[in-house]
Amino acid sequence: MQFDVDINNQLVTAKRGETIKNVLDRIGIHVPTLCYLPGFSPTGGCRMCVVEVDGISELVPSCSHPVTEWMKIKTHSPRVLKARKVLVELLLASHPEDCLYCERSGLCGLQDLAGEMNIRERKYHGKRQNLQIDKACQSIVRDPAKCILCGRCIRVCDEVIGVSAIDMIGRGSETRIGTTHNKGLNAQTCIRCGQCIMVCPTGALTEKSNIQAVLNALNNPELFPVIQFSPTVPASIGEDFNIRASKDILNLLRAALKKIGFRQVFDTSMAADFTIMEEAADFIERLGKHEKLPMITSCCPSWVSYLETFNPKLLPNLSTPASPQQIMGRLIKNYISTSAGQKAENVFVVSVMPCTAKKQEAFLDRMKDETTMNVDAVITTRELVRIIRLLGVDFSSLEPEPIDPHYSMRSSSGNLFGISGGHLEGLLRTIHFMMTGQEMSMLKINDLRGLKNRKEARVRIGKTTFKVAAISGIPNVKALIDDIEAQREEFSIIEVMACSNGCINGGGQKLNSDEKNLKARMKALYDVDDEEMIKVAHKNPVVVDLYDKFLAKPGSERNRELLHIQRKTPDTL
Amino acid sequence: MATLTSNETREFLVEKILKNHSNIFDKGTLEQLSIIRRTKVVKPVIYIGMGTCGLIAGADKTLKAVEKYLTDHHLKGDVVRVGCLGLCSSEPLLDVQLPGKARVSFHHATEDKVEDLLNSVFHHTLLTEKLLGQFTSDTLEKWPGIPVIEQLPYFAKQHRIILRNAGIISPFLIDDYLANGGYKSLYKTVLNYTSDKVCEIVDQSELRGRGGGGFLTGKKWLITLGTGSDKKYLVCNADESDPGAFMNRAIIEADPHRIIEGIAIASYAIGANDAYIYVRSDYKQSLIILENAIRQAKEYGMIGENIFGSGFNLSIQIRQGAGAFVCGEETALIASIEGRRGMPQAKPPYPAEKGLFGYPTIVNNVETLANIPSILENGPSWFKSVGTKESRGTKVFSIAGMSLHTGFIEIPMGMTLSEIVNPIAGGVKNGKLLKAVQLGGPSGVCIPKQNLETSIGYETMHEIESSIGLGGLIILDEDACMVSLAKYFMEFLQKESCGKCIPCREGTRRMLQILEEVTRRPKDETTHETLERFKGVVELENLAEVIRDTSLCGLGQNASNPVLSSLKWFRDEFEEHIFDRKCQAGTCHNLRTFFIETEVCNGCNICQKKCPENAIIGSIKLPHFIIESKCTGCGICFNSCKFNAIYFK
Repeated sequence: MQFDVDINNQLVTAKRGETIKNVLDRIGIHVPTLCYLPGFSPTGGCRMCVVEVDGISELVPSCSHPVTEWMKIKTHSPRVLKARKVLVELLLASHPEDCLYCERSGLCGLQDLAGEMNIRERKYHGKRQNLQIDKACQSIVRDPAKCILCGRCIRVCDEVIGVSAIDMIGRGSETRIGTTHNKGLNAQTCIRCGQCIMVCPTGALTEKSNIQAVLNALNNPELFPVIQFSPTVPASIGEDFNIRASKDILNLLRAALKKIGFRQVFDTSMAADFTIMEEAADFIERLGKHEKLPMITSCCPSWVSYLETFNPKLLPNLSTPASPQQIMGRLIKNYISTSAGQKAENVFVVSVMPCTAKKQEAFLDRMKDETTMNVDAVITTRELVRIIRLLGVDFSSLEPEPIDPHYSMRSSSGNLFGISGGHLEGLLRTIHFMMTGQEMSMLKINDLRGLKNRKEARVRIGKTTFKVAAISGIPNVKALIDDIEAQREEFSIIEVMACSNGCINGGGQKLNSDEKNLKARMKALYDVDDEEMIKVAHKNPVVVDLYDKFLAKPGSERNRELLHIQRKTPDTL
Repeated sequence: MATLTSNETREFLVEKILKNHSNIFDKGTLEQLSIIRRTKVVKPVIYIGMGTCGLIAGADKTLKAVEKYLTDHHLKGDVVRVGCLGLCSSEPLLDVQLPGKARVSFHHATEDKVEDLLNSVFHHTLLTEKLLGQFTSDTLEKWPGIPVIEQLPYFAKQHRIILRNAGIISPFLIDDYLANGGYKSLYKTVLNYTSDKVCEIVDQSELRGRGGGGFLTGKKWLITLGTGSDKKYLVCNADESDPGAFMNRAIIEADPHRIIEGIAIASYAIGANDAYIYVRSDYKQSLIILENAIRQAKEYGMIGENIFGSGFNLSIQIRQGAGAFVCGEETALIASIEGRRGMPQAKPPYPAEKGLFGYPTIVNNVETLANIPSILENGPSWFKSVGTKESRGTKVFSIAGMSLHTGFIEIPMGMTLSEIVNPIAGGVKNGKLLKAVQLGGPSGVCIPKQNLETSIGYETMHEIESSIGLGGLIILDEDACMVSLAKYFMEFLQKESCGKCIPCREGTRRMLQILEEVTRRPKDETTHETLERFKGVVELENLAEVIRDTSLCGLGQNASNPVLSSLKWFRDEFEEHIFDRKCQAGTCHNLRTFFIETEVCNGCNICQKKCPENAIIGSIKLPHFIIESKCTGCGICFNSCKFNAIYFK
């Protein structure tokens, strides 16, 4: 039902069920918000979006208040502006105000608001709070002093990720975003996905920085620093340097990394091809034995840690190959660099990931001696951008560095790992080849593409039709598992990514990204699949070569030791 | 007449009394009923007020002393534990009823007094020192020359509907409630009325929610009734958390079955089969009594499956609140019942449409629900005959503070506040003068002397920028410091804010900071801080306005009430604190310095020994002195001086 409402003395058509903010967004009136998250149920907590409505004595929050017929709304009246300004001033009263040193400076919602409200002095002087920074976790750092308690992280953790590792604790001015028993994030059910960082408007949540470790390694003459990068890095890093994502950026990125001082540059997509080979063999073995099905993919470390913590009975269903990052690290340390004359302990493997959980993964997955790391330092895309800027590398004037045919040949299947559904697509191509000896007639599986959190497809391999699903966001997996347990659905392979839409939306990506960015990243990955010559993992010449020279056949005992992983349940509170 | 077994009593009360529509009984039934009601007793009955107030005053020790007295003197008597009569400051109350004689009541009956008091009753020579009075009775012989309780100033002006049974019957026995006409309204309702009819009756009665909002109860019920949801909930809000308010606790502890009956009728009216009672976990006695009452009501078939064969089912569960002030707000209360953190939600949607577990939910205060059985019993026009045009019925207030009597009272709407102060509360004690009345707890206001002639009602209170609130009433004498009081309430609210919305969480913190600066020690202040203090004071009203305008729930919206009302009516006092740096009442420690009257001081040296700051010098038997710069104004010397030689400025 449609009706008119009066907004700032202008008649506007509104629909029943809409909130005031919905209408304002449609007609292009901006009201500031701090706690509002598109696509989430509004909480009405921050009160920044308040507007004046005739007949209601208090100001009402536009994000949660429904429009009603003949409502008279003023969005920027003096009373409203005063209220908003005071609210920001109140937040600033107890804020550390260390913008110069803050990682979030320039990208901070609170800073923007203070600017928007034209606040030029500190009006209220609260006592400086001495709050402990939680650095216990390998991936995420929490600084409660900068937190403005908007609650966005809580909602993302609960509604999108589904683990509820954080919530509000305490009362009044002692209210904090806290964890169980107020212990460090390392001892929580947190799966380190980093989505909380992505929604945090201030610098209260950041990734644990490894920049210094990387710089130290670069400057240590005894070390042999090498780097690998995830397929989503070339798809998204251009955003920071105003370069459109395309095939060329890959070679620019390579050049930049070389210039920074990395001796060898690897593409994690290549390792993903190994993951596909081993996983395909794993699946075929399971199929033959009729056990541990559906097979669930294990390349997303957040998802693996979710399963270990919340649903360990499904652990046998998890595919056993290590994730591409770890396979890459293992191969570099055990074969590639050693065959180039380097000692394994001198090789320093850095990995660039769009993900914070990978930091934790690298920390946990070590070599047999339990001390040597397979991957020595993991940095996020954001950290890489900072290193590039710090070291004065001008992205636009670089000479593109061609692919090193020995180390970083990739298939586009491996490259597709960056988006939900892509891993599955690449995996199915190789499974088809391994089972039938023939390539799939249609490599592209349209049902598994696009920005959707639950994608399902039926794929015919030989005489059998397999039902597969690609899921992102833990609550969606929960629903799927419920379906399977109630025998409403039956799947052969399930691909899971913890972050909505997969790594292109990972917790290590550029801050303040929007849906436009997501679409561009997705397109970049699909474009590679269209343009690249080698589209399947088993045809990647490096993969074929390495299986010939160094590894045994996929799924064999020797490979299990080198490329697969043993899982155990971690301790949490 | 032979005494009945418990099963026979139950059979008798349910079949012969409850189910008798006419209320006309034969002689045998009446006789039996009067035995259960204890209007006729064959052996002495001793009643002890065992509400929380009584227990704090030592009623459990009194109970033991009474039992010991009975065994020691080989006397056969019944001991009945009752709730509070309302006169909490006179607890423990001990009533004795001898066969054929009127029930007589003693105040302050501590264990050491029991022997004397009971001796005096059994020897028919009442000890007048502790005597409160006797209860009126048509059938029993009166004690000569003893005042009647109902005519005492504390009770004479009250109009007791909800508190009819308080302190009279035992809250532990459903038989007492049934024998006094209890559950008749429920019986009548579920068998004769449709849900619509019940909502209509309550709507016609114009009963308004007693939790503070004052929304029409019937209207609220009709909204939920009309939602057409297959599942609905009723929640009884017993999370009374205002400092100085305790009437809900007293109602529960004195007459729990009245609330259960109210809940059952309300649930029937809106179509709910599940009801929750949300009680603060610190109300231990209330919890014990409610749990017992619910169990008994289930045994007697008053709640449970297929009540009175009507097909109506109701289960009542108790949920304990962990003691958060904000959980009195209905959406926060609902969140707490659901097991989530007690934080308010943005309204709309209102709980009446979408509440507990997403279903339509009615949240009613204890007092609102306690009114329901009487409205259904006597009809809406009877209810409307009490009170004023805008505000029908009665209101229960709890009186705390500096009055002669403290406790809880039930008065008809329309009475003035000054009538409550005097005669009901007996005026201010210790011969001090009345300064103001604080009404409605931390979200309430201070009403100065000149406004006390206002009649009590939702609209009239609104006219003097006040509200009835939950009904907590604190009487302040001339020694009260309004700045301290405002600071106390601000501190309370600041601590109890849930932290969800910025204005309430941060704003109350800043307001408290400003008030703290006003009462800061002048000596410790730098010039810059003095400037900040003045800036703060200028900002206070500004801040209060934004907090009221933008807060998410009532806690924040009303958080500035105590400060704004004190500022309005006691501006002089604020200015004295701000400009003169003085606190007349001497409550603000930091604004006072102590001096010794050298002519009075005899040099006993006690103050010097006790001073934690070593600010007092002097030799024994010679006058002492206080070093002004060292004195922190703590007042320990003032309290320790036996010769009144110390004074403050």
